[in-house]
Amino acid sequence: MKNDAGNDRRKFLLTMARDVGLLAFGGLIWSAYVDEAVANKLALRPPGALKGKDFLTTCIKCGMCVEACPYDTLKLASPGENIPIGTPYFEPRETPCYMCPDIPCVPACPTGALDKESVSTDGKLDIYKADMGVAIVDEKNCIAFWGIQCDACYRACPVMDKALYLEYDKNERTGKHAFLKPIVDPDYCTGCGMCEHACVTEKPAIIVRPRELVMGEVGTHYVKGWDKKDEQRLESAKEIKTVTPRSEKKAVDTLNDMGGLLDD
Amino acid sequence: MIKHKYMILRRLTQVGLLVLYFGANAWGWKVLIGNLSASKFLEKIPLADPYAVLQMSVAGAALASDVIIGAIIITVLYALIGGRAFCSWVCPINMVTDAANWLRRKLRMNQVAKKPPVYRDARYWILALSLILSYLLGVAAFEFVSPISMVHRGIVFGLGFGWAAALSVFLFDLFILKNGWCGYVCPLGGFYSTIGRFSLIRVTHDAEKCTECMHCKEVCPEHQVLHMIGKESLPVLSGECTNCARCIEVCNDDALNFHIRSFAKQSKKEK
Repeated sequence: MKNDAGNDRRKFLLTMARDVGLLAFGGLIWSAYVDEAVANKLALRPPGALKGKDFLTTCIKCGMCVEACPYDTLKLASPGENIPIGTPYFEPRETPCYMCPDIPCVPACPTGALDKESVSTDGKLDIYKADMGVAIVDEKNCIAFWGIQCDACYRACPVMDKALYLEYDKNERTGKHAFLKPIVDPDYCTGCGMCEHACVTEKPAIIVRPRELVMGEVGTHYVKGWDKKDEQRLESAKEIKTVTPRSEKKAVDTLNDMGGLLDD
Repeated sequence: MIKHKYMILRRLTQVGLLVLYFGANAWGWKVLIGNLSASKFLEKIPLADPYAVLQMSVAGAALASDVIIGAIIITVLYALIGGRAFCSWVCPINMVTDAANWLRRKLRMNQVAKKPPVYRDARYWILALSLILSYLLGVAAFEFVSPISMVHRGIVFGLGFGWAAALSVFLFDLFILKNGWCGYVCPLGGFYSTIGRFSLIRVTHDAEKCTECMHCKEVCPEHQVLHMIGKESLPVLSGECTNCARCIEVCNDDALNFHIRSFAKQSKKEK
């Protein structure tokens, strides 16, 4: 009788342990998979998309932005494309974003993953505020940097002369020609990808990538002394004094001190 | 009555919905735009998968009102007509698992199959797990692995390797576990079982007409809900019943039929 109860208890505990073990096993594999599945940050998102992880959290993968896009620019990632599954993205080399003034993809979003506010000025939709990415130029393979006249990307840019301008430079090699170098200003670039679409080289020498991948960050400790607005940051700064005590040793001693290197 | 009346109706709804969604993307139809995760009905009424919305809110998404209203509409709809009516009347995976089940019967695999070592309750644990993982990972965890969305989205927007998801479910149901995906694993089914607990449309059994041929239990994908067959005249009350009406179709004795649930009658019987 006593033994039976003991066995019952053991059976119960073992079943419990098995179930908990199975759940942990499944949960670990599942979370490892999802973690990998959301790792790719290279995809270019529709205009107004929330930044970083927030977009993946909020997008329900319904594809209504894709259906609203009149140019078939947007696609939903299908399994095997190695882009977080079911999320909208576009490949500008194939089809860029043509920057519709009424941005039909954004109001179509039911969850707010495409944020109207972020692409509006004074309550009106403004596609020029879109930040889908930033164009970068490969100067080694851009033929304009070789001295061949091209300016295909410059002509294609919908924010011409602001987001993409030409810098004139003297071609020392020939002595009588000019370089017309395309330069991107990330402050104005919307990442629409018209430049990448238009680029004449076999593999585009100007490409668009998400801003957070392309741009550096200075940090707060550099101040532009020539910029009044930036200087103002110093007004609230507090002084931090650090003192390094003067060494007692003679300078020549440092040559004799091997710092324990010769001890064996 | 036409034999397989409900089966034909179910296939028509399943395929019809797919065609409507497909037409919206391919030819600009305006009836149902989007997919099963979220859509717009007639350009006005928002609809949304309440389970996906639940995962997203657990994951920490600040959701717009459209998708919340949509989730409420769908929840109320299925709470009335039977939660798992989604499973047998809408879900595209149902055709895959039904095919596997049909093949199992044709190959007489059920005769040699052993009693499964897992419980039907597993889906509720997976449901709970999906919410915990959504919270920890900050994204809707099931939406990244769901073969349902992969297949449905795939048919509307381009399949990619989505066929592999459907094939996995088919092989799992065919060789590993009878009704394995829908009856044991799928947390969406578990979610709709919970919602449909008090739904109005119910299959009701008449024990006096029953000849105990057990055809109904053979075809039922959730045969545990038919525990009253041949014993008592009771409605099928479990939320796990998918209202697929296969049991009604195979019954030669008219002992099973749809009824509107009457809460008054039931409480009398319980006394």
